[in-house]
Amino acid sequence: MKHFDVIVVGGGHAGVEAASASARVGACTALVTMQSTQIGTMSCNPAIGGVGKGHLVREIDALGGVMAVSADQAGIQYRLLNRSKGPAVQGPRAQMDRKLYRKSVQYQVSLNQNITVIEGEVSDFQTSGDRIAGVELSDGTKISARAVVLTTGTFLRGIIRIGTESKAAGRVNSPASTILAKRMESFGISMGRLKTGTPPRLDGRTIDWDKLEPQDGDKNPVMLSFMSTEPKVRQLACGITKTKSKTHDIIRENLHESAIYGGHFESAGPRYCPSVEDKVVRFADKESHQIFLEPEGLDDHTVYPNGISTSLSAKVQEKFVHTIEGLEQAVILQPGYAIEYDYVDPRSLKSTLELKSTSGLFLAGQINGTTGYEEAAGQGMVSGLNAAHYALGKEMIVFSRSLSYIGVMIDDLVTKGVSEPYRMFTSRAEYRLSLRPDNADQRLTPLGMEWGIVSEERAKNLDEKLDQIRQGRELLNSYELTTSEAKKIGIRMGSGLSRRKGEELLSLTGVNFELLKEIWPDLLSIAPEIASQIEREAMYANYLKRQDQDANHLRQQESHALNKSLNYRRISGLSGELQEKLSLIKPQTLGQAQRIEGMTPSALAILLVESRRLESRL
Amino acid sequence: METIFALSSARGKAGVAVIRISGPNAVDAAQCFVQSLPSPKQAALRKIVSTEGEHLDTALVIFFPKGASYTGFDTVEFHVHGGIATVKSVLLSLSSLNQLKMAEPGEFTLQALMNGRMDITEIEGLGDLIQAETEVQRRQAMKLFTGVLSQKVKSWRSNLIKSASLLEASLDFSDEELPSNLLKQCEENLVGIIQSLQDEIKGYKAAERIREGFEVAIVGAPNTGKSTLFNFLARREAAIVSEQPGTTRDVIEIRMDLSGLPVTFLDLAGIRETSDPIEQMGVNKACERARDADLRIFLQEKGKELKQSPVFQSGDIIRITKADLIYPPPSNGISGKTGFGVDSLKDCVVLELETRSQTAMTAAHARQLAAIKSSFNSLNSAVYNLQTEDNPEIASEDVRISIRELETLIGYVDIEDILDEIFVGFCIGK
Repeated sequence: MKHFDVIVVGGGHAGVEAASASARVGACTALVTMQSTQIGTMSCNPAIGGVGKGHLVREIDALGGVMAVSADQAGIQYRLLNRSKGPAVQGPRAQMDRKLYRKSVQYQVSLNQNITVIEGEVSDFQTSGDRIAGVELSDGTKISARAVVLTTGTFLRGIIRIGTESKAAGRVNSPASTILAKRMESFGISMGRLKTGTPPRLDGRTIDWDKLEPQDGDKNPVMLSFMSTEPKVRQLACGITKTKSKTHDIIRENLHESAIYGGHFESAGPRYCPSVEDKVVRFADKESHQIFLEPEGLDDHTVYPNGISTSLSAKVQEKFVHTIEGLEQAVILQPGYAIEYDYVDPRSLKSTLELKSTSGLFLAGQINGTTGYEEAAGQGMVSGLNAAHYALGKEMIVFSRSLSYIGVMIDDLVTKGVSEPYRMFTSRAEYRLSLRPDNADQRLTPLGMEWGIVSEERAKNLDEKLDQIRQGRELLNSYELTTSEAKKIGIRMGSGLSRRKGEELLSLTGVNFELLKEIWPDLLSIAPEIASQIEREAMYANYLKRQDQDANHLRQQESHALNKSLNYRRISGLSGELQEKLSLIKPQTLGQAQRIEGMTPSALAILLVESRRLESRL
Repeated sequence: METIFALSSARGKAGVAVIRISGPNAVDAAQCFVQSLPSPKQAALRKIVSTEGEHLDTALVIFFPKGASYTGFDTVEFHVHGGIATVKSVLLSLSSLNQLKMAEPGEFTLQALMNGRMDITEIEGLGDLIQAETEVQRRQAMKLFTGVLSQKVKSWRSNLIKSASLLEASLDFSDEELPSNLLKQCEENLVGIIQSLQDEIKGYKAAERIREGFEVAIVGAPNTGKSTLFNFLARREAAIVSEQPGTTRDVIEIRMDLSGLPVTFLDLAGIRETSDPIEQMGVNKACERARDADLRIFLQEKGKELKQSPVFQSGDIIRITKADLIYPPPSNGISGKTGFGVDSLKDCVVLELETRSQTAMTAAHARQLAAIKSSFNSLNSAVYNLQTEDNPEIASEDVRISIRELETLIGYVDIEDILDEIFVGFCIGK
């Protein structure tokens, strides 16, 4: 029988990051997937990053992950979303050449000697007591391991629906995992159903591009990885078109055969990524909806029409697509579909992504109720890191809300659970001004170095950046202005300090590096990207202080552990609903309890009192 | 949670005394003393029998089941005869039960808080209600107690969440087809909330005065009859009166109910130049107290009208004193001896204070004001960051802080609330 430290089940974005992180820790890692050629497949839209999602990509990269590095090998169009807004909410995003991305991910996986790729379908788990001991493949092969990471995406009892037709599948042309889903139930985990959808894929050669408004990438592309400097391949434009009232009429007339509106699905879909049926019904007064036509690759004619995901029948899809400007003659290569799948209530997980009920079994990605490549990859990294630490007997790692979007996401999942597929938004991060894409390396790479999961090259890169920032600051702060000097050159210092150093000046309205360079030409010696970084910090300086205080307060609450033997069902001061939620989630700290939906100040007080009472009895 | 008991009516001899038991074990405990509990919320006569079998009293017993009681827990009340010994014997018997604990002060209300029957502002209102001595105080306390401030905070909060959702939509979904005027709309919302927070802040002073009482200082030169007037008002010899100028050195106070308004009159030392260092101290103190008071009544002798007093403030009242010695007495005259002009003075004071009371809003505690003020400041900063700076993400931080501040008054916010608003309002999703 083969033996590994860690087995990762699934070769999607979560599985790849999990396997890679585990292998980087030094654990002997098996990556089990149904088809090894499908490792790194993008099954939905051909883009990586965005607002919130771009934050995750940068954080994964800062910890030496696979996603950003691979994406920068395959990026065919770069756009920094929210470019006109502040750095805390800017979202680096890039369109991908699907094939190049997959190839690049597979190359990254192959580089790591600690990863063994095994083809096969996992059909069962091996356990020893309440600990995981390995997996069994459908051909009977047994593989033993100390830890297992499950990243099965939408494959658990996946059902694809197009119109009134349905079939079992994990994604188009890939079989679903039904045996495994049954086995999961035996762990006594609470499971639910979620759904999502994709649009039809079009043949780009049949689109009348001349009629359409093109959307080019940025002139100064912002890379996804801290290690990249410029795009690697030819850059393409996307196209923009929109639905018409005729489009809406056809959709409305055929709603009865939509998988979603025909009553075939009862599960919850995402509110922020609605199907075109949803849009037409819920926003009936809107006359048209925008569609982005995204090329899927340099030598691929497939076009992904972002904005019209649908589960209407293939015939109706064709009919409504042809009403859209520029798509009158478009040929559908593959109809859009909706997929419904099992997910595990993430409240049955610890913050390490280990199942509370089964030691050594970790879950990551869509199986935990999230949506999106980036969300999956972020969890993959954390689960792989912790699975390896578990297998090697090292201390497990919890990502804090105050330090990363990854931490925010996992804490949201394990504390609040999900009622629809969970997607990252910047508004979910209460420390948004400090958790920026531009400083993900400053926040996380040092931790990655400590855990031994980032390359020497990356560590050196950061050291150099930090050095330059420090020198830049020193130079900047060697200059200062008095109120009257500042006034002469049109800078209003306001009340308070009578003289300000360079950095303090930068935090003022209307003062930027360009202006300071004119006053002190010496500052030209600071590299532009370093100058921008200093500028970003200065811009939020006053609020960062306050956020620091809040974060300290949070850490205090986090450090207040709740007694493990609290029996929530017997605390009569709690509402029945809260008793249920608390029994399910078993918050580890007072801070975590506070974030549970429906928690009240008085219930918190009761928890604190009861917990203390238990402690004093011991 | 523990089950607690206490005498809930006033101590001492009375016709009836109410003993209350509340908590998860209230029913069990009560049944140790009465054979059967009456139907919920119905009063019935029961024999109270101690665990040793002694018949202690025959009392009216009422059972308020969980959810329908003041505390939110099962509650049983014994309305026993109000003899001191009877009450004592019942309380003693109750305390002999292991499952019962004598309630700490305020513990029934604490249970109500913990069960979500009341929020903090309502409890502050209840405290005020118990303390209320006058009609205006009672009315103001009722506003807090019945949750008027809670309602206001909830409405500000839901308004702020709406504004935050406009901001967040513009940040998190900027590549979607959103209405172009989101930030403008948000700004307008914020300005509206700022306005009503400002009203609340402006009205605090009056509300606080109503809660704590208005101070009215009687001011004048020595021997102008201040204490005489004061005593007439007090209808008792509260201040020492003598012919020797400068007798009243300490500040003497009397608290009165003037047409429902709580008013404390201050009898102050006479204000004059003096070489006596002890008297000078009294004069200084008098000036200080006079300045801090809400209203001042200046007593002046005919022919000795003072020039503008340094402590005079707008709305203050001036009277010609010792009107009993003047013939005919002037229309603005007053006499502490005969009571001439006292009623008109009182009317004058009431009129002025009532005008001020009308500006009172609901927040009446320093804690409430502090939260509202910080919320107000953060919102002003948010509007600045939107209008002048074009920094929506910083404005959003300001709005968050402002929501958090308000929530210290009542409860918590969840980001899901904001996202809900976004998804209800806009078609998001490519």
